Amino acid sequence: MPEINIRDALQMGHHEALESDPNVLILGEDIGAYGGAYSVTAGLLDEFGPDRVRDTPISEAAFVGAGIGAAVGGLKPIVEYMNLNFALLAFDQMINIGASLQYMSGGQVSVPIVYRAPTGGGIQLAATHSRSYENWLAAVPGMKVVAPSTPADALGLLRSALSDPNPVLMVEHVLMYQRKGMVPDDHFTVPIGKADIRRPGSDVTIVSYHHAMITAMDVADKLAARDVSAEVIDLRTLRPLDMPMVIASVEKTNRVLLLEENYKTGGIMGEIAAQIQEQAFDYLDGPIARVGAEDVPHPYNRGLEQSMLPSADKALAALSAAYGI
Amino acid sequence: MQAEAIDTSSKTELLNLYQQMYLIREFEERAGEMYTRGLIRGFLHLYSGQEAVAVGAISNLEDRDYVVTHYRDHGHALARGMDPKTAMAELFGKATGSSKGKGGSMHLFQASRNFFGGHAIVGGHLPLAAGLALAAQYKKTGGVALCFLGDGSVNEGEFHETMNLAAVWKLPMVFFLENNLYGMGTAVGRVHARGGDFDMAGAPYGLDCTVVDGMDVLAVREATKVALEKARSGAGPAYIEAKTFRFHGHSVADPVKYRTREEEQEWRTKDPISHLGDQLLQLDLTTEQELLEIRESQDEVIREAVKFAQESPEPTDEDLFTDVYA
Repeated sequence: MPEINIRDALQMGHHEALESDPNVLILGEDIGAYGGAYSVTAGLLDEFGPDRVRDTPISEAAFVGAGIGAAVGGLKPIVEYMNLNFALLAFDQMINIGASLQYMSGGQVSVPIVYRAPTGGGIQLAATHSRSYENWLAAVPGMKVVAPSTPADALGLLRSALSDPNPVLMVEHVLMYQRKGMVPDDHFTVPIGKADIRRPGSDVTIVSYHHAMITAMDVADKLAARDVSAEVIDLRTLRPLDMPMVIASVEKTNRVLLLEENYKTGGIMGEIAAQIQEQAFDYLDGPIARVGAEDVPHPYNRGLEQSMLPSADKALAALSAAYGI
Repeated sequence: MQAEAIDTSSKTELLNLYQQMYLIREFEERAGEMYTRGLIRGFLHLYSGQEAVAVGAISNLEDRDYVVTHYRDHGHALARGMDPKTAMAELFGKATGSSKGKGGSMHLFQASRNFFGGHAIVGGHLPLAAGLALAAQYKKTGGVALCFLGDGSVNEGEFHETMNLAAVWKLPMVFFLENNLYGMGTAVGRVHARGGDFDMAGAPYGLDCTVVDGMDVLAVREATKVALEKARSGAGPAYIEAKTFRFHGHSVADPVKYRTREEEQEWRTKDPISHLGDQLLQLDLTTEQELLEIRESQDEVIREAVKFAQESPEPTDEDLFTDVYA
């Protein structure tokens, strides 16, 4: 297969799911006639019809909850949010019902649903459209959360999500839909809960995911120019976390930088930092370096927004402060 | 419903309604006692007084139909066929409970009977019911989702969002509002733009609206039957409001300072169980002795349920970590 972008990989995943499983249907705002806010579902309405590709009212609680109900009733719904920020209107549905039915029913009721949502900042949409809430949902037992940063992972994780009997949220960074990469021709899957070493190294571990992976790779290049060998881990799944891979790397490099686009306060890297010090404290040569978004609502102004987002400069400064590298 | 309008052809069925209502009442009264003895904890919302609603409505259902309800859910669970032992054990938090002690009073489930909760966020379960209706419609099972909701949910966004969605997609669904006049301690009229007048609450979304006496099991049964037929036929969702009353407080912990004893007494005179009993006696379909025997048999069922719950084992520490994921 030639290089394709993340949007095309996701569209391919939806197409094959609709084609191979009659119980798959897609619900969301403007996914049909409009073709999807980020064109992931473009063309699917024409091919599969309005019963399976369902434009919903702008009514997040209703269509997300209906997706959950449809899953309980034996269907395999994919629910697309236009933006993860709009998911706040349906957190009750996702958390109190979707993520809780299995446990509250004593194992009687499974919810095999896939939620998908664009997330992230960087395109000047200000505070209501730019925040990353996937870490909040990754804090909920009963949820699984995946965050691909390559086309192959997007397709492979979507396939895994569709065959998972639990609710799975896939977050898609708005700046990454056009990002290209090689996708294997065979019917591969990417397991949920498995991180990936994008670049092996020996001097410092950089843990990141999603769009911050681009910054992470940039930081690794800059470190290499100084003869510092960075190992870059793409988490790919935020729940369940692949801590064994992170810990093994930290035990090897003795230094770690955690890099994410969530607010530093309450971000998922705070949890990873805590687990590293619990499991690998004696291996650390210094404090854990951590970079996230600044603790302010996303500003509209481009310069201001860029200043609040994580950057290679901030990451290098954090590494320098922690380890003198 | 007037006695002369009652179809007397199925005496067994009518007595069965009486038996089910009495079973629920006895279950609730004993559960309340167990709560005061500290054997049931958390919140306990009793259904006493509202039995005609669950029993009348659910008596119409087929196996393929779905039931989803609010947190005052014991009556619906029992009417849908949950074993009182399993239900009582869940209230006791025991491993033999319907949810292995992980859900409690507000979260009863029995998937094998298409009974999907027991939901404790007001109005939050309505979209779930719509989704089940969507599954039935999509798979052409002919099933209908019967969704019970309390008066408090009328002011929640999900009420309006779900009605709209269900109407747009013509989902096979019945919204059944149980108006017991108080959202916890707040009289419905104090917090509703139309003074607690819910009779046409489905009308803005084009739903057929019916108001029924929620203390009359036969009236409830008839109204629900019509609504279910409509929904099953593909004509879209329907809406019913039953006016009813809970004889106890919002939960067992509620001292009920917000309503008068006179109001409570007046509603007690409309007790749905004795009302049906009187009708059946009037029509010579039963005798005082037969009704007494039914009540005594159900007393025994509940005694056994309480005994079962008391003697059942607690969940183990290993159970804590099971059922988080499928």
